[in-house]
Amino acid sequence: MKRVYVNEKWCLGCRLCEYNCAFANTGERNMALALRNLEISPRIRIEEGSDICFAVSCRHCEEPLCVKGCITGALSIEDGIIMVDEDKCVSCYTCILSCPYGAVSPSEHGAVQKCELCVKNRSGAPACVAGCPNGAIVYEER
Amino acid sequence: MPVDFMYPEYEIARNDSRCIRCRVCERQCANEVHSYEESGNFMLSDESKCVNCHRCVSLCPTRALKIVKSDHCFKENANWNQAAIKEIYKQSGSGGVLLSSMGNPERYPVYWDKMLINASQVTNPSIDPLREPMETKVFLGKKPERIERGPDGSLRNNLTPQLELAMPVMFSAMSYGSISYNAHESLARASRELGIFYNTGEGGLHEDFYQYGENTIVQVASGRFGVHREYLEAGAAIEIKMGQGAKPGIGGHLPGEKIVGDISKTRMIPEGSDAISPAPHHDIYSIEDLRQLVFSLKEATQYKKPVIVKVAAVHNIAAIASGIARSGADIIAIDGFRGGTGAAPTRIRDNVGIPIELALASVDARLRDEGIRNNVSLVAGGSIRNSADVVKAIALGADAVYIATGALLALGCHLCRSCQSGKCNWGIATQRPELVKRLNPDMGFRRLVNLLTAWNHEIKELMGGMGINSIEALKGNRLMLRGTGLNENELGILGISHAGE
Amino acid sequence: MKYVIIGNSTAAVGAIEGIRQMDGSGEITVISNEKYHTYSRPLISYLLQGKTDMERMKYRPADFYEKNGCRTILGKKVIGIRKAVRTVLLDDGSEIPYDRLMTATGSSPFIPGFDGLDSVKCKFTFMTLEDAFSLREALGPDKRVLIIGAGLIGLKCAEGIADHVKGITVVDLSTRILSSILDDSSAAIVQKHIEKTNIAFILGQSVSRFDGQTAYLSGGGKVDFDILVAAVGVRPNVSLISDIGGETDRGIVTDEYMRTSIEGIYAAGDCTESYDVSCGQRRVLALLPNAYRQGECAGINMAGGERKFDRAIPMNAIGFFGLHVITAGSCTGEVYEEKGDGSLKKLFYDDDLLKGYILVRDVEKAGIYTSLIQNRVALGDIDFELICEKPSLMAFSRKYRQQKLGGVV
Ligand SMILES: Cc1cc2nc3c(=O)[nH]c(=O)nc-3n(C[C@H](O)[C@H](O)[C@H](O)COP(=O)(O)OP(=O)(O)OC[C@H]3O[C@@H](n4cnc5c(N)ncnc54)[C@H](O)[C@@H]3O)c2cc1C
Ligand code: SF4
Ligand code: SF4
Ligand code: SF4
Ligand code: SF4
Repeated sequence: MKRVYVNEKWCLGCRLCEYNCAFANTGERNMALALRNLEISPRIRIEEGSDICFAVSCRHCEEPLCVKGCITGALSIEDGIIMVDEDKCVSCYTCILSCPYGAVSPSEHGAVQKCELCVKNRSGAPACVAGCPNGAIVYEER
Repeated sequence: MPVDFMYPEYEIARNDSRCIRCRVCERQCANEVHSYEESGNFMLSDESKCVNCHRCVSLCPTRALKIVKSDHCFKENANWNQAAIKEIYKQSGSGGVLLSSMGNPERYPVYWDKMLINASQVTNPSIDPLREPMETKVFLGKKPERIERGPDGSLRNNLTPQLELAMPVMFSAMSYGSISYNAHESLARASRELGIFYNTGEGGLHEDFYQYGENTIVQVASGRFGVHREYLEAGAAIEIKMGQGAKPGIGGHLPGEKIVGDISKTRMIPEGSDAISPAPHHDIYSIEDLRQLVFSLKEATQYKKPVIVKVAAVHNIAAIASGIARSGADIIAIDGFRGGTGAAPTRIRDNVGIPIELALASVDARLRDEGIRNNVSLVAGGSIRNSADVVKAIALGADAVYIATGALLALGCHLCRSCQSGKCNWGIATQRPELVKRLNPDMGFRRLVNLLTAWNHEIKELMGGMGINSIEALKGNRLMLRGTGLNENELGILGISHAGE
Repeated sequence: MKYVIIGNSTAAVGAIEGIRQMDGSGEITVISNEKYHTYSRPLISYLLQGKTDMERMKYRPADFYEKNGCRTILGKKVIGIRKAVRTVLLDDGSEIPYDRLMTATGSSPFIPGFDGLDSVKCKFTFMTLEDAFSLREALGPDKRVLIIGAGLIGLKCAEGIADHVKGITVVDLSTRILSSILDDSSAAIVQKHIEKTNIAFILGQSVSRFDGQTAYLSGGGKVDFDILVAAVGVRPNVSLISDIGGETDRGIVTDEYMRTSIEGIYAAGDCTESYDVSCGQRRVLALLPNAYRQGECAGINMAGGERKFDRAIPMNAIGFFGLHVITAGSCTGEVYEEKGDGSLKKLFYDDDLLKGYILVRDVEKAGIYTSLIQNRVALGDIDFELICEKPSLMAFSRKYRQQKLGGVV
């Protein structure tokens, strides 16, 4: 299964991935329209230190603790991808409590959000990867 | 009023209806042009620091940015143009030599653009490279005068060492120090993939890159930095650098700040000490002296590697080349006045040397006249921009060409010509780790391979059009070229007829 | 292979999914005395609140049993296990054979024998969908509710019904709310937040006796009410195992493969007790994530696989009226504390290990702390100062990150 992999050696901390993620998940057609005056809340996040930075998004674990812990069954594995059913989620945050990578986060619209590899939005494949200028994140089979 | 006040050359045009305040431009500009103003939630720019490298423009996700030339101007004057006036202000302020980088940007004629290539019609039919074999492989080195046979009639191998290139293009010398580790890695890996060569330049060879030795030309320059036995052994050929097109007649100076870590180790000089390459080699004052160095290097490597002598294209280049061809060197590399550099005094870059096209044509003609053309191979460099330039150079007599600026452009260079600042926003001409990592060699090497693969296709197509199926048959074939807008003298030196003739 | 699972909730679902990872064809029979498709127990309060409905409460999709090839026997109670012949007995007299059996019987509300409790007509527990349905019938805008127990279930119930009643009083013997998971300072913040609604607390007191619609408190006061909800605690349902001589303590005792002391019988979920790695003691951890992982582990082992579950710790994510609280592990050892406006972070560490934490309001990336406790990560190997400030992968070694972010995990 293809996943998003991170190589911190090449991450520039430019944060384009965050913006591309946020944009892809708005469903809008134009980034300027979608993100102007918006404080973004992306599903991939950069961690930044003094001389190092890297992106973190869902690992789509083979043994996903978030799915196992979800109290409603809102999280499930579909063809290896960890998906959120926004209708079912009640924002109890048990998944936030469970994910060892901090990859699930609260969102404004009631349910939690996490990377779903862009399969539900127009992008179709990870927008963060497509927009990374330096190959610091890749989408591939490993 | 500060007398040397200079209005910035460029302006940052930010389309506010597109800007989403992502601050990517701010994070990516090492010159600190952009900044975010929290209180008003808008982006500020300080255009005085902008070098017009397009890093921010390329990365801005909403295409909200462009850099425009300022229309602020001096009173029009064809003689005292803006640049001339500004340089006076600069120098009267600083008292220093003006420095710049990359090749000569001035309006001298580009002869490549005044030559046209032939194609076959009706007779001598053209060849379709997709259907018929087409040879772009070349061998560089001295070619024997005659076939020799042993007493039993068997062929005797009298071939001196050769460099085998899958296509007639190599990456010319750019030292580790002037360009980054990642740029070197990209060049090295691309050379291996393409079956060609890259050149260490005068900075030595980083230990990580010994593995690419079969595709490496190691350079010996006047500073002799990083030269030792394993280094000479590591490469496929050795190049003696006598001169460089961008700054003929002068040496080099890499400031102490850049001599850090691996660079100091690779160059074998202490951290923080300036790396000064003297203008001449202090042991070379004649062709005989050069011959000594050529043979010392051959001796040191058991006559297994061809030796290249690189010179800048200057006024009496033909005579110089004739001397080198008799010095025992196997290959002569001639670097034209548009050749790139990491740093050169502006006056020298812009006023010294001659165009590579004329130099190449006259050298080829001279060596033929003297009957020593087969003593050496000729490599032409100094602003080869595309596959047509390559074909024209070969038709003028080159065996192969060197490219540097073209390769850097493929790696992301935007020719902002501020390499000397050490703050290359594209991770090429810099040693700052946070900038170096902007060039991921996985991507860089792929782009170089793409570029030259594309060129190779085009070279084959151009050759096929002429009904020629090998580089060997194109070499020095000046009948395939015609000039436009050139005077008698120029045509004479280039050895070509005018279009229509 | 015939698998029989008693119970149809979290642990049972975990077991079904565990079995099916190993064995695609064995016969699975699920028996429960609740008559519903498997539902999310914690959602009963959200149901009363109107934040979910029967359809969305389904813990697994409607075709779950079909897809997993399970036979269900719902609305029937198991009254005994005949271990010698490997069958279970149902309350309708039928007998179901098994090769492997799992008890996922959960727990039952525990009601102490209050004086005069019989005189209370309108009283409820809050554990099942049925409980929620009957409680809903009793609600009304003029009703006064008394909840005994300021634990998770009592407070979730309070939140669920607050909008539908006049007022709620919560009485607890402990001096703080949520006493099993919060300490004094964090409990105070949450209490203050809840008190902004129509919910009031009487803490440090218990009910000494009931008289019709009046509760007399140990402190001398009294509370008049229309509806009583008893939420003082739950007891693991261990009798099926203890009756046949299986080892039980407060819960059913299992090893880390979820085997009971009886050959062929496994147990998982709220009916068991677990070894809590954060404090090194056995305790009942009545938590959904724990129930699932135990169930899955049991399922895999029942089907011939080998899987250990030895990472149990207490962990809770709860929210009341928009205020989120996440806690895990044990509150022992030295403390790192950060206090904000209505927010709190407390980390408890000892012996170079993170032992527990409490986060109030800002809960982002809490799972990174959880993993430190669960995996017993030596704090000396990470940047502890940084991780105190904010949970981040930056605090780990480059190698760890490379493994986790550059490999399949
Ligand atoms: C109101 C409420 C809120 C909660 N909130 C949370 C929360 O936010 N987070 C969290 O982690 N946990 C929460 N929990 C706890 C969580 O619901 C349990 O940990 C989880 O449901 C345990 O699953 P289980 O399968 O072990 O047992 P249970 O869910 O208790 O299921 C056991 C099943 O077995 C059946 N059964 C028992 N005995 C027999 C028998 N003899 N024959 C047939 N059937 C039998 C029972 O009827 C029941 O259906 C909450 C619980 C409640 C009541
Ligand atoms: S886009 Fe790529 S380089 Fe930029 S921050 Fe994201 S991962 Fe790093
Ligand atoms: S959200 Fe976290 S636990 Fe869940 S699959 Fe992704 S990385 Fe794993
Ligand atoms: S927040 Fe939503 S997705 Fe996460 S555990 Fe709770 S219900 Fe499941
Ligand atoms: S990169 Fe573009 S969109 Fe982002 S802040 Fe700069 S100008 Fe605005």
